[in-house]
Amino acid sequence: MVPLSYYLVLSGILFACGVCGFLIKRNIITIFMSIELMLNGVNLSFVAFAAHWHQLAGQVFVFFVMVVAAAEAAVGLAIIISVYRTRETLNVDQVNLLKL
Amino acid sequence: MTPNLNLWLIPILPLAGAAVNGFFGKKSSRQAVTIVGLFFSGAAFAWALGVAFRFSSLEVPYQEYVAHWIRSGNFAVDFAFYLDQLSLVMLLVVTGVGFLIHIYSVGYMWEDSGYYRFFSYLNLFMFFMLTLVLANNYLLMFIGWEGVGLTSYLLIGFWFTKDSAASAGKKAFIVNRIGDFGFLIGLLLMVQHFGSLTFTQVFDQVKPMSPENAGAGLLTAIGILLMVGACGKSAQIPLYIWLPDAMEGPTPVSALIHAATMVTAGVYMVSRSHVIFERAPSALTVVAVIGTLTAFFAATIGITQTDIKKVLAYSTVSQLGYMFMACGVGAFSAGIFHLMTHAFFKGLLFLAAGSVIHAVGGEQDMRRMGGLRAKLPWTFWTMTAGTLAIAGIPGLAGFFSKDAILWRAYQASWAYWLVGVVTAFITSFYMFRLWFMTFFGQYRGEAAAHADHGSHSAHDAHGHGGIHESPRVMVIPLAILAILSVIGGYVGVPGSLGGSNRFDRFLGPVFRSTVPAESSQTQMGEKGATEQTTEGTEPKEEPSKELMFTAISVAAAFLGLGLAWLLYYRSPDLPARIAQRIAGLYDVVCHKYYVDEIYAALIVKPLVNGSTSILWQGVDRKVIDDTVNNAADGARHVSDEVRHMQSGNLRSYAGWIAAGAAIVIAYMVWLGVAR
Repeated sequence: MVPLSYYLVLSGILFACGVCGFLIKRNIITIFMSIELMLNGVNLSFVAFAAHWHQLAGQVFVFFVMVVAAAEAAVGLAIIISVYRTRETLNVDQVNLLKL
Repeated sequence: MTPNLNLWLIPILPLAGAAVNGFFGKKSSRQAVTIVGLFFSGAAFAWALGVAFRFSSLEVPYQEYVAHWIRSGNFAVDFAFYLDQLSLVMLLVVTGVGFLIHIYSVGYMWEDSGYYRFFSYLNLFMFFMLTLVLANNYLLMFIGWEGVGLTSYLLIGFWFTKDSAASAGKKAFIVNRIGDFGFLIGLLLMVQHFGSLTFTQVFDQVKPMSPENAGAGLLTAIGILLMVGACGKSAQIPLYIWLPDAMEGPTPVSALIHAATMVTAGVYMVSRSHVIFERAPSALTVVAVIGTLTAFFAATIGITQTDIKKVLAYSTVSQLGYMFMACGVGAFSAGIFHLMTHAFFKGLLFLAAGSVIHAVGGEQDMRRMGGLRAKLPWTFWTMTAGTLAIAGIPGLAGFFSKDAILWRAYQASWAYWLVGVVTAFITSFYMFRLWFMTFFGQYRGEAAAHADHGSHSAHDAHGHGGIHESPRVMVIPLAILAILSVIGGYVGVPGSLGGSNRFDRFLGPVFRSTVPAESSQTQMGEKGATEQTTEGTEPKEEPSKELMFTAISVAAAFLGLGLAWLLYYRSPDLPARIAQRIAGLYDVVCHKYYVDEIYAALIVKPLVNGSTSILWQGVDRKVIDDTVNNAADGARHVSDEVRHMQSGNLRSYAGWIAAGAAIVIAYMVWLGVAR
């Protein structure tokens, strides 16, 4: 049996990768993928705890997260497409109309 | 059970008139305004007459409760009225003379565009004055007191587009505030020490005190503070300066407010408080000295004035000084007697002067009048009656009242009497000077009037050619007042002249001395044992001596008449030469002893400078404004720095969130490890 800490460390590494990608990358698609990475890192720790404590609540949470992520992907990709259509770029640094 | 007099109607009627004219007068015709104005003031007079006829069957003092006003613990002030002989006299004078002046105003103000406004104010004045006179406590009196001040302000500044009128109104109001402040403090002292402001309650508590240790100076303090109030309202030294300026108002106003009624409120108030004053000899001395000095100084200024209304104004100040002199020597009934006769003859003189001004097209300078005797016969004869009365020519009203005051003043101190007689001489002189300059000699107006038409005639001009007698509506009040000025004195013929001084005896119950008789000489033990009237003990004095003094004051009056005749009728160029001879003195007197200038330099200027440099530039701008501005500036500077956090860079936000989350997690971990 793989101990809980392994799952948690892997989950932390996945989340940290997501955060780093979010902070560093300029391409909006990559940023989007980083968010998915963070979500899945969290999902991993949810299922790990669920298995460890023999409780279903964690798995239910994961389903919710996946549903939200799917909805987010749908809406987010739609926004990305419309941004690309209007501005012909996916670089977030150039999408700054609301900046002071 | 005394009958219910419904005294409250007397003040309420003019108030209703003021309201009707004030709200609806603008749209209604002059006739309607006239009817309303005269009806309500006339109704008040009629009601007052009715009260007077039923007076003998009353229990005096008659008190009438109308409504609660203030109830706070044991302290209570009500809307309630008080009627005794003193208020009855004032009531009749105010409503009677007031009504006559209302009638006169119909003629005088007919052409004025503010006709309805004038009658509204005039009725409002009657309301406040009657409240003042009828109040049964000091606070209600104070309302009337302030109210007449307000209406006085409104009426002085009646032609408010004229700068001098507007500032004269302000001056009157502000100077009155000084006096009112003293009055108010006096009232607060009463509240503190007697717990009441109702006349009867205050006086009941004062009565047991003896003059020697009258509340350790308390009564003296109250007395002097009340006198400060009276000085403001009744134009005594040092607060008399507003009254001459008040002549900017329409002439009927000068007659009603600034001669006959309002300015005598101080005399009334001091007389009403005689219980307090009798126990405060020092306060009484202050009253007497102020009165005497004012009588003399104002009279001397009157000699040099050339504006017909200004002469009468200073004369009013001087006569009010007489009244205070009378009060100050304890002769309250003589003071009130003079108040009444003065209301008749001074009201008459002002109205007659108004008639003259009206006739010559707004000219007020006596040097541009003259020879009007034949052209204005009614005005001439009525004014003659008034002049003779004020000068103290025997047989007329002023003679009896002035004589009563001088005799009582002599009994107190020969100094008061001497100044009084000299003042009587001066009074006679300047009044006959006015009379000769206005009605005798050649008319001097024609050429001069054309030279600077507009400066003087701005307000009283009535747009007509030629000098003419005033309309009947103005002449009738003149005639009635003239009759009163002639016969008004016979109610108080002194014993020495074969009369019985009915006026004095009528007022006797009010002023019955409550001070134990001669307690200062005898021992203190038997106080209250002998309640005698000081008024009653008087006829014991030797009448021959009183006659002699009467003769002296009559001689002074005739001397004044003679001198005025010599200087202003026989050789009219003499005054100028005399003025040149004593140019220094003449200048000082002509400039009213520079009192206005001294006040300006000593009080007004420091006040203005202090307000400008300290309060405005210092406190207001440096402290108050800067506090607000600096707070705003500080907020802006801080925000300028802090807003850089809001970069708009999405990833930096994410970085901050991640960093914050990392810090929180590290802290939790550290907590767990530490446990």
